[in-house]
Amino acid sequence: MSPTPAPVRPHPATVDFGRPTLVTRGPRWSLRLDVRTAVSCAVFLLLTLAVVVVTLAHGTYEIPLPDVVRALYGEGPAGTRTVVVEWRLPRALLAVLLGAALAVSGAIFQSVTRNPLGSPDIIGFSSGSYTGALVVMLLTGGGYYQVAAGSLAGGILTAFVVFVLAYRRGAAQGFRLIIVGIAISAMLGAFNTWLVLRADIEDAMLSAVWGAGSLNSLGYDQLWPVLALLALLIPPALACGPALRRLELGDDAAAALGTRTETVRLVLVVLGVALIALVTAAAGPIAFIALAAPQIARRITRSASVALLPSAVLGGFLLALADLAGQRLFAPVQLPVGIVTVSIGGLYLVWLLVREARRT
Amino acid sequence: MTTTAAAPVAVRAGAAGREARPGLVRTNAGRALGLLLALAVLVLVLAASLTVGARSVPLPDVWGALTAPDGSEHAFIVRELRVPRALLALTAGAALGVSGALIQALTRNPLADPGILGVNAGAGFAVTVGVGFLGLSSITAYLWLSFAGAMVVTALVYVIGSAGQGGGTPIRLTLVGVAIGAVLAGISSAITLLNPDAFVKLAGWSAGSLAGRDWHILFTVLPFIGAGLLCALLVARPLNAVALGDDLARSLGADIVRTRLLVIVSVTLLAGAATAAAGPIGFVGLMVPHVARWFIGPDQRWIIPYTAVCSPLLLIVADVIGRVVLSPQELQAGIVTAFIGAPVLILLVRRKKVSGL
Repeated sequence: MSPTPAPVRPHPATVDFGRPTLVTRGPRWSLRLDVRTAVSCAVFLLLTLAVVVVTLAHGTYEIPLPDVVRALYGEGPAGTRTVVVEWRLPRALLAVLLGAALAVSGAIFQSVTRNPLGSPDIIGFSSGSYTGALVVMLLTGGGYYQVAAGSLAGGILTAFVVFVLAYRRGAAQGFRLIIVGIAISAMLGAFNTWLVLRADIEDAMLSAVWGAGSLNSLGYDQLWPVLALLALLIPPALACGPALRRLELGDDAAAALGTRTETVRLVLVVLGVALIALVTAAAGPIAFIALAAPQIARRITRSASVALLPSAVLGGFLLALADLAGQRLFAPVQLPVGIVTVSIGGLYLVWLLVREARRT
Repeated sequence: MTTTAAAPVAVRAGAAGREARPGLVRTNAGRALGLLLALAVLVLVLAASLTVGARSVPLPDVWGALTAPDGSEHAFIVRELRVPRALLALTAGAALGVSGALIQALTRNPLADPGILGVNAGAGFAVTVGVGFLGLSSITAYLWLSFAGAMVVTALVYVIGSAGQGGGTPIRLTLVGVAIGAVLAGISSAITLLNPDAFVKLAGWSAGSLAGRDWHILFTVLPFIGAGLLCALLVARPLNAVALGDDLARSLGADIVRTRLLVIVSVTLLAGAATAAAGPIGFVGLMVPHVARWFIGPDQRWIIPYTAVCSPLLLIVADVIGRVVLSPQELQAGIVTAFIGAPVLILLVRRKKVSGL
C-alpha cells in the first residue's frame, strides 16, 4: 500500500503561547518577567506601603495621615516626628523585613523538601530556638539580648545536630532530614512543655508571649543589624531561584541541566536557616508566615511552584498587616504578632482554598 | 512495582517522592512472628505498668487483686487506679498509632499526623473556650469538650477540603487542616495569654497525661475507639490501592471517595477519642507507622495491626517511665513518649535500608 500523505490540519483558531511574559534580550543575559507575577508583586508592595502608613498613623496617640507623611519628610511638630519616625517607623519596617525573611526561608524549605508542610521547623529550628530562649528566660532570667543569643544558639545547635544525624555517606537526604527533624523537634517540644510546666506562672506566660513571637519594644537598635544581614542573605537566595526551579524537577534532571545539586541544596538550606535565625533572634519564633506566604503567593501568581520573590513580598505584607491587627484589635491590650499571623494567615489560606475549589 | 504511576502523585503530594520499598521482613510468616513477639512484649509491659508506681505492688499481689480481690489497699490501687489507666493507655495508644498510619497513607505524606485534620486544634480550642469562658475544670468536662471540638473541626476540614470538583485531594485536605488548625491554635493562645487561670489549666492538659483516668473515662471512649479500629481494618485493602495513585486505584476497582471518607471517619473517631481521654499526645501517631513500615514494608494490612500493637507499647512504657523517673512526682506521658520514641526513630532512619511511604 502506498503511503498516503498526512492530511493537512487546519490551524487552530487561537494559539496558546502560555502565560504572558515580558522578555528583554541582551548579549549575555535575558530577563523574563511574568506579567501576572510582576503585577501581583507590585500590587502587594503598594498594599504593604499603605499598611505601613496606617500603622504609623494609628496607636494610643492618633496622628492624621497628612501629618504622618509630613513627619516622614522631616517636617511638622517635633512631638509627631518623634512618635512617627523614632517609635513607630522602625517597628513597621521591621515587620515588613522580618515577614519577607520568613517567607523566603519558608519558600526555600518547601521547594527543597518538595512538601507544602516543609518549613524551617522541620529541621527543628523553631523548637531549638524556643528551648534556648526558655532556658535563658526561666533558668537565668536574662534580658532581650541574652534571650536573643540563647534562641540563636539553641536553633543553630539543633539544626546542626539534625544535619549531623541525617548525614550519611556524603549526603543528607531530604527524607532522612525530615524524619530526624521530626524526632528532634518532638524531643525538644516535650522538653519545652516540661520547662514551662515547672516554671512559675508569670515567667511561663512571659515565655509564652516570646514563644508566640512579638514585635513589641523593637526599635532602631534592632532594625539596622537586621537590615544589614538581610542585605547579605536575600540576594544570594534570590540568585539561587533558578537552581531551585531545576531542583524541583528531581535530582537527576537537575544534574543533567547542569545544577550541582548537593552544593546548591546545602547553600539554600544554610541561607534558609540563617534567615529564620535572624527573625527568631530579633522577634521570637513568629509562626505560620513561613508556611502560608509561599502557598498564598503561589495561588495569587498562579505559578506552578513556590517562588522566592513573590513569597517575600507577600510575607512582608502579611506580617505588617498582622502587626497592625495585633496592636489595634484588642487595644489597649497588645497581642503578640505571632498569634495574629496564624489567625489571619490561616483564614486567608482557607479562603483561597475555598475559592480555588469553586473555580475548578 | 508500579512506581511510574505512583511517582508523580507522590512527588506532588509530599516529600515521600520515593518508590515504596519492601521492609526488612519479607515473608508473611516472619511478619506474623514479629507481631506475636510484639504482643508478648506488650503483655510484659502491661504487667509492669500494674506493679510500678508511687507505691510498688509486687506481681503476686497484682495477680491476687485481679483474681480474688480482698479489699486491701493494694487491691484498690490495682483495680481502681492502675488497671483502668493501663487499659486506657492500651486503647488510646492503639487509637493514636492506627489513626497516624491511616492519615499518612491517605495523604501520602510522611509528615502527616492525626493532628493534621484539625483533631488536636479542635479539641484544644473547645477545651480552651470551656476553661476560659465557662470555667470548667473536671476531666469529664474536658473529655466531652475536646471530643466535640475534634469532631466539629474535622468535619469542617473535610467539608472545606473536599469542596469543588474531584473531592478532597490529599494535598488540599492537608493544607485546609493545617490552616484551620493554625487559626484555632492562634485564637486559643490569645485566650490563654489574656487569662492566666486558663493558661495554667491548659498547660497541664496540653502536655497529654494518663494520670487520674478512671473506669468511667475508659468506658466512655471505648466504643468510639472500637468503631474506629473496625473502620481501619475494613479500609486497609483499598488503601493499598490508593497508595498507587488515584487513577490506578480507580482502575483496580477501589472506591476512592468511599475509602477517603471511611479513613477520615476512622481517624476522627480514633484520634478524637484518644485526645479526649488523655489530652493531645503527639508523636505516637507520627512515629510508630514509620517504624512499622521499615519492618514490614508498605502493606497496610500488616501496618495497621503492627501499629495497633506497637503504639500502646510506646505509650505504656512512656507512662511507666513517667511515673518512675521523677518519683514521687509524675512526668506526663505526652512528654516522655518523645524522649523514648525519637532516639529509636533516628537510629532506624540511619539504617541503610529505609522504606519511604
